[in-house]
Amino acid sequence: MKKQPFETLVAGHGPTVLRVCLAVLGPSEADDAWSETFLSAMKAYPDLPEDANVEAWLVTIAHRKAIDVIRAAARRAIPVDELPETSAAPGADARDLDLVEVMAQLPPKQKQAVAYHYLAGLPYADVAAILGGTADAARRASADGIATLRRTYRGMTEPGTTAFSTTGESR
Amino acid sequence: MNTPEARRDLSRDLARALPATPGQLAALHKRLAAAAAAEGVLDVAYRTLDTPVGTLLLAATELGLVRVAYASENHDSVLQTLADRISPRILDAPARLDAVATELDEYFAGQRRSFDLSLDWRLSAGFRATVLHHLAADLAYGQTASYGRVAQLAGNPRAVRAVGTACATNPLPVVVPCHRVVRADGSMGGYLGGPDAKRTLLTLETTA
Repeated sequence: MKKQPFETLVAGHGPTVLRVCLAVLGPSEADDAWSETFLSAMKAYPDLPEDANVEAWLVTIAHRKAIDVIRAAARRAIPVDELPETSAAPGADARDLDLVEVMAQLPPKQKQAVAYHYLAGLPYADVAAILGGTADAARRASADGIATLRRTYRGMTEPGTTAFSTTGESR
Repeated sequence: MNTPEARRDLSRDLARALPATPGQLAALHKRLAAAAAAEGVLDVAYRTLDTPVGTLLLAATELGLVRVAYASENHDSVLQTLADRISPRILDAPARLDAVATELDEYFAGQRRSFDLSLDWRLSAGFRATVLHHLAADLAYGQTASYGRVAQLAGNPRAVRAVGTACATNPLPVVVPCHRVVRADGSMGGYLGGPDAKRTLLTLETTA
């Protein structure tokens, strides 16, 4: 019986969960997803095992809430025969876009993998447990997403020549 | 491949580009507290209140005020004890404590002589609870009684030491007036909030 007051979780992980919601859903839906995530978490908290990784647990809940939001939006949208995986390739002036807009253009798996690994700091094994699939697939999705962000968003630190190389598997 | 430095840069750039501002987080926190209370999962709500005896922690369940704690008791460890003994579903949620804060402000301003609040007594049991109930019911504003007299009131005249323990572990100080219990020789005796706090309260009650 040594579970921290829930307030400690909100104070400690609230900012990260908000960034994850912003990255995955964009600003218009992030507040609702954050609120539903912490309300669900608070309901379930007494039953959470004491040795659980709290941040991975919160991100898993946030992921499910985001999926709900995405599905609800899809139901509202006019159906089309085939959804393009990405929107039109961003042009040169896309480097002026804000990162949230660039993130919005990534395929869902890529932005989720980027958010859970780089924002929430989860190892790829945990990211894979949330997304389904293998850790390698999660790593590839994240790398593909980061490669697109690097091409299109000027606020990113330029990687050193050995720092990064992922161009192969973009779809 | 990915170097640790490049990964750190990426994490930092992403976090910077996706601002979670204190104002936005405060608004979300408030919304969470309201939703949790509405859905009946806010088991313990708390806030702090600045008073002449220092910053008090005030905590309430759905039944009523359950804990008042002096800063010297360490508010973080008091909250952890509440998580262990009542429920970890605890939020900084002042709304439930509005009436408590108002009555305490009035008391410290000398404008209130008794509290009209719902109390949740679950943190005291047995003879200690009996003692505290007698303090709340029988020992009026501005009066004092010796530990021995309170032991008599509680029905066990020999339990003077147990009365001292009940006062020292009072979960609701100020509201349940253990500060009105003094030594038989008239000296003040100890107090869980420290001797200065006891003197402040007794002086307030004899001069207001």
